[in-house]
Amino acid sequence: MNEGYRVISIRDVIIEQIVQVARQQNKTLEPLDDELPLLESGLDSLCVAVLVANLDDQLDIDPFSGEQEIAFPVTLGDFIRLYEAAMV
Amino acid sequence: MALWDFIEAAGLPGHRFVGDATGEIHLASLKGGTSLADDIALFRGKSVLIRSAGQRPAVLALAELDGVARRLVLCPADLPPESLPGVIAEADVDVLLTDDLDAVAGLAGSAKVAPCGMAVRHTGVRPVRDTESEWLLFTSGTTGRPKMVVHSLASLTGPLQDGLKVSPDAVWSTFYDVRRYGGLQILMRALLGGGSMVLSDTRETLAAFLARAGALGVTHISGTPSHWRRALMSGAANAMHPDYVRLSGEVADQGILNALRQCYPAAQIAHAFASTEAGVAFDVRDGLAGFPAVLVGAQGGAAEIRVVDGCLQIRSNRLAQGYLNPAHAALRDADGFVDTGDIVALRDGRYYFIGRREGQINVGGQKVHPEEVEAVLNRHPMVQMSRVLARPSPITGAIVVADIVVQTLSEAMPDFQTISAQIMADCRAMLPPHKVPAMLRQVEALEVAASGKLVRPRA
Repeated sequence: MNEGYRVISIRDVIIEQIVQVARQQNKTLEPLDDELPLLESGLDSLCVAVLVANLDDQLDIDPFSGEQEIAFPVTLGDFIRLYEAAMV
Repeated sequence: MALWDFIEAAGLPGHRFVGDATGEIHLASLKGGTSLADDIALFRGKSVLIRSAGQRPAVLALAELDGVARRLVLCPADLPPESLPGVIAEADVDVLLTDDLDAVAGLAGSAKVAPCGMAVRHTGVRPVRDTESEWLLFTSGTTGRPKMVVHSLASLTGPLQDGLKVSPDAVWSTFYDVRRYGGLQILMRALLGGGSMVLSDTRETLAAFLARAGALGVTHISGTPSHWRRALMSGAANAMHPDYVRLSGEVADQGILNALRQCYPAAQIAHAFASTEAGVAFDVRDGLAGFPAVLVGAQGGAAEIRVVDGCLQIRSNRLAQGYLNPAHAALRDADGFVDTGDIVALRDGRYYFIGRREGQINVGGQKVHPEEVEAVLNRHPMVQMSRVLARPSPITGAIVVADIVVQTLSEAMPDFQTISAQIMADCRAMLPPHKVPAMLRQVEALEVAASGKLVRPRA
């Protein structure tokens, strides 16, 4: 049953989605690292909106929809941590 | 002249009929005959509401009572029974005509209940018809309680002088309920033009209706684009062979026009712009979506059209007089124009409908009309119907998503992933990024309201 099975981290899912959305929207991505400001990554706000919706569908997490106030993510690292925090 | 006078003037050959799923009635039998149980005196000068399960009893009652009653209130099949008391009070109804006495029990208030849709009996009487009856129609809006709009036989028959050449032997039909404006237009064409009328019937399936239309030799038929998409999906569209196919009530995009052209290669295909309030403004017969820009601002035509802030406005003698309830906003502006709420855009000498003013989606401050995106989706040959809607987004307020009904009639059907990749490529080529659906979802069917229009959920 476990053949070909590997643990996919939230980080992997987010990075994969970013690459996919950028390709769909014809955007060229900067090299992705945690310090990179999200809106300088090559994604515009429409891309981020689509990314958030895709992640909601794939992970059933929308960290923006909760009751508590969140610090709006500035960098890619902030964005990933927001999802990691929402997961637990 | 009253409606019956027009019917008679067009000729009463024995084959002229009005039919629904329960059968046909020959119009000649109404000469000196009646489908009503009561004496015509009961209705003289009165406000009469017609609430029947079938459409045929309503049509016969209209033919008999126009010119006799002060007011005729036409209830479409889907008007909820619980709204009847309010309607009766608002329209000051004296007599409620029905073919189903049980269905209106306890709902008539002070109005007298009288049966309609009886077997036609001969009376030998020709009633005097010298009253200008008011015709009250319900708006076809899919949100909120529909409003009552005041028309007259003159405003309802105004659009018939549009140069369309029709044989007096024509057999007309419509997917619409003829108690709505879109359907009533077609009924008037049949009754005043000398033709027959095949009525749709909520008691039969779409395939059964199409088969009946074919068997009765329907030559002219109308419906909304949603009606037509469903007809094409039913697999029974080829049961009839019309000469004339008409679309109205929703935006006719190139996808549905092309599909109808393919299904009925010999038919004239026209799409009309009409609303309960504005009447028929114009029709387009060149098989292309949108309408020629020369129509806007043209003088001397039956209807004047102007575009203000991108919104289509109409002035003509076919406009409704107004809303019955004075509490509703005025239907016409100071210049006598009706604001349709339909947004149009000019491209290459042609105006295209891009959507409803109130239905637009706001993506990060940029406006998207669902209909303009649907028009692109519907161009794909495997797309039968689509509905574009807003998905709330914490980032941009909303993003555009779409539900798609895929054709299932063809044998070699690619999977949805392949189709959606093609659709997305088309969208990216034809639409700016904020209008491109972020997600496509395959659905089995999309709900179409009784008015024939796609049901659009409101956020």
